[in-house]
Amino acid sequence: MTRIHVTATVNGDPVEFLADPRETLLDCLRDHLGLTGSKEGCGTGDCGACSVQMDGVLVCSCLVLGVEAEGRSIDTIEGMATGGDLHPLQRKFIEHAALQCGFCTPGILVAARALLDQNPDPTEQEVRYWLAGNLCRCTGYDKIIRAVMDAAAELRGAA
Amino acid sequence: MAKDEIQRTYRLIGTRPDRPDGLDKVTGRARYGADVSAPGMLHGAVLRSPHAHARILRIDASKALALPGVKAVVTRADFPTGLTGEDWNLQENTIAGEVALYDGHAVAAVAATSRLIAQDALRLIAVDYEILPHVTDVDAAMRPDAPAIRPGAADHSVPEGLHPNVVKYIDFGHGDLEAGFAAADLVREQSYTTEATHQGYIEPHACLGQLGADGKGEMWVCTQGHWYIRRMAAAVLGIEAAQLRVTPSEIGGGFGGKTTIFIEPLALALSRKAGGRPVKMVMSRAEVFRATGPTASAAMKVRIGMKKDGTLTAGQAEFRMQGGAFPGAPVSSALYCAFASYAIPAVAHVGYDVLTNRPKCAAYRAPGSPMAAFAVESLIDEMCRELGLDPLEVRLKNAVREGTKSSYGPTYGPIGLVQSLQAAQAHPNLSVPLGPNQGRGVAAGFWFNHGGETSVSLAIGEDGTVTVSVGTPDIGGSRASIALMTAETLGIAYENVRVNVVETGALGVNEPTHGSRATFASGKAAVIAARHAIAEMCRRAAAAWGIDPEAVDWQDGAAVPAGPNAGKFPPMPIAEIAARMGSTGGPISGHHEVTAGGVGASFGVHVVDVEVDPETGRTTVLRYLVVQDAGRAIHPAYVEGQYQGGAAQGIGWALNEEYIHDAEGRLLNPVFLDYRVPVASDLPMIDTVIVEVPNPGHPYGVRGVGETGITPPLPALANAIAAATGARLRSLPMSPPKVLAAIRAQRGG
Ligand code: FES
Ligand code: FES
Repeated sequence: MTRIHVTATVNGDPVEFLADPRETLLDCLRDHLGLTGSKEGCGTGDCGACSVQMDGVLVCSCLVLGVEAEGRSIDTIEGMATGGDLHPLQRKFIEHAALQCGFCTPGILVAARALLDQNPDPTEQEVRYWLAGNLCRCTGYDKIIRAVMDAAAELRGAA
Repeated sequence: MAKDEIQRTYRLIGTRPDRPDGLDKVTGRARYGADVSAPGMLHGAVLRSPHAHARILRIDASKALALPGVKAVVTRADFPTGLTGEDWNLQENTIAGEVALYDGHAVAAVAATSRLIAQDALRLIAVDYEILPHVTDVDAAMRPDAPAIRPGAADHSVPEGLHPNVVKYIDFGHGDLEAGFAAADLVREQSYTTEATHQGYIEPHACLGQLGADGKGEMWVCTQGHWYIRRMAAAVLGIEAAQLRVTPSEIGGGFGGKTTIFIEPLALALSRKAGGRPVKMVMSRAEVFRATGPTASAAMKVRIGMKKDGTLTAGQAEFRMQGGAFPGAPVSSALYCAFASYAIPAVAHVGYDVLTNRPKCAAYRAPGSPMAAFAVESLIDEMCRELGLDPLEVRLKNAVREGTKSSYGPTYGPIGLVQSLQAAQAHPNLSVPLGPNQGRGVAAGFWFNHGGETSVSLAIGEDGTVTVSVGTPDIGGSRASIALMTAETLGIAYENVRVNVVETGALGVNEPTHGSRATFASGKAAVIAARHAIAEMCRRAAAAWGIDPEAVDWQDGAAVPAGPNAGKFPPMPIAEIAARMGSTGGPISGHHEVTAGGVGASFGVHVVDVEVDPETGRTTVLRYLVVQDAGRAIHPAYVEGQYQGGAAQGIGWALNEEYIHDAEGRLLNPVFLDYRVPVASDLPMIDTVIVEVPNPGHPYGVRGVGETGITPPLPALANAIAAATGARLRSLPMSPPKVLAAIRAQRGG
């Protein structure tokens, strides 16, 4: 199938790639741009391991076609730390042991950042419902929820 | 329990430092199975049987091979013949021979220049099938009219007259069963079923394999055990194990399901056929559900005798399990676990391993134990209720302790069941008052744990920092725990130890990270390796000081004279010894390899509070407590993580998860939307109590902690639902429709 030229911004950098119209944004990020931090756990929108933000909106990149990224701005896990400084969520995940295998972690971090962007003071229940689309099979979520709440508190303190 | 040992404090053990691989894993840098590519790489894809049981009459791949970009197609004809035993099972499961044995069984595989071309090529492979009668239920598979899936597969244990689908029969016990039941005031017998569930690791299987015509190859793969992959893939392909170099990727969960091969030999066979170009294969989620894992399903009958005061007098268990179209359902371990928590004078066990047209079951966290616990712990709870006894008190009364002869034979060393029960009783969750439609359930659980073949190397760097090479992939923080134990032993900083998970060429054979053994066995070997290095460093210091090596001790990361008679020398720190090692005799390292013994079993007790909606039958978990013996928690945060993760998987198994087949034997729910694992909003915080009864078989007292936690949730939830509703569910999962039906039946009756 003829490939389509796509121009987009990823983590602030201009990128271009040739996408087969059947390829998802996740395929394009991973296979064409070498950004393998976003993971494929299901390819059907059920696990959230592929979570990215597109023009600020949290999406499952496995449910977006690569060609739909034309002219858009995409933020992935690779852009979460600024320079050498981890985002507070990233730091808190390490501190709270909120990852075991770590495969769900990039998607959960991206999703949690999207939550805190719009709700800096979420309740435990709000965090649980926001992250209900991000499966973690290892942790039972306890430490993930604590890490997100703690990062939110730190961000509020810093603001 | 040795109190002084419990109270002994360590510099690093028991602390919670950041894990060494944390940064890579929160930045997306960590490389998992599908994250690596190679020059000249092809992409593989697998054609799978759409039928539960069908004879393969013809495979025509000519159209696929004609598609531009397609480089190779393999079928069973590309694999050697004449394999026997488990090697044959592995080969047959890798790719079907004459008969496709389950929905999703691999039939052919293709390699092409892109993933999309490989997918297109699959559609061009024509397969003619003759559909055969199938069976997916364990009890149906034992009935006389059931299709014989593989006549002749049964081993010598099976008595005459049983259906050929019964491939293994187990029968053991001790004590006078009749006398035991006669001594009871209450004897009850009930039947239970559990459905197959999947390990559900979020990372699908993925590998990148390369194999040349010279029989030399390499593989990058997400696995719990790369030596296992090497041995199995080599056997299936008829190549020499040593010629295959296997490097483990980071692993996105395994839970037992990544201890065996699926696509790995296919990638290698395709590579060999495509002139040695590397072939990457990544499973889809549907492939993971249809063709990997799952665990066995079980039908169980249990009979227990109890005195009025709660004393158990006899136990009898009959378990029937199917583990797919191959022998290997965990019937034996389920039976060993059935009564392992209790001192019962007479026990009898009978088990049947049965073939069905389902995928070959793989290990799943404490294989067999959760099913056994569901049956036994449910029945004990039911009998406690009938006699008006407190379920924790009854468990305490009968609990096994040091010196008890276990139901499966061995006599226990120091174990922590009593301590765990007492800690559960003392926990504040037990005194939270319950409201209407709410109920509390308790259950105990057990897992043996495993030592296994282990080989570890440790090398002192020129600056006195230390590299540890282990062969057990790090799934949940084992790098951190091994670094802590190594640094503790050497008397150096945690940060000065780097633990690497290395490839098959770098160490002797290592069993996988299974049986809760990584922190136990690799940790134990790392400690002994560190002691070897310490002995050598003491020798170097002795030589420098001109004294006897016996007169040198190791303290706080430095060689010191052993006493006043040894002479007066200032401590010689590891960095100083390391800086000069080139001129004092060469590199300093430590090595240890062993089939690790001294394993300590881990017992746990769970307490759950639920609320059941009487209108919908939906169960909400309000509160959850895990108490478990860790022996010693090296990094308590990751011990808690194992407890919480095991509980969450058990909750999913209890309430929602199941394999659902249609009338044709096809799996109806091979996606996460329909195979619903617990999500964040399904669960409360999971409270944990780490009990520490040190295991004398480990230098720091470690017991494996990974598996026990999945065992009690199944019965604990059933017991809580019974407490909340009065309805007793004996069939998993306890999904809302089933709970609702049970509530209605209870009201009606
Ligand atoms: S991979 Fe996109 S939601 Fe699972
Ligand atoms: S840490 Fe393994 S899936 Fe979340």
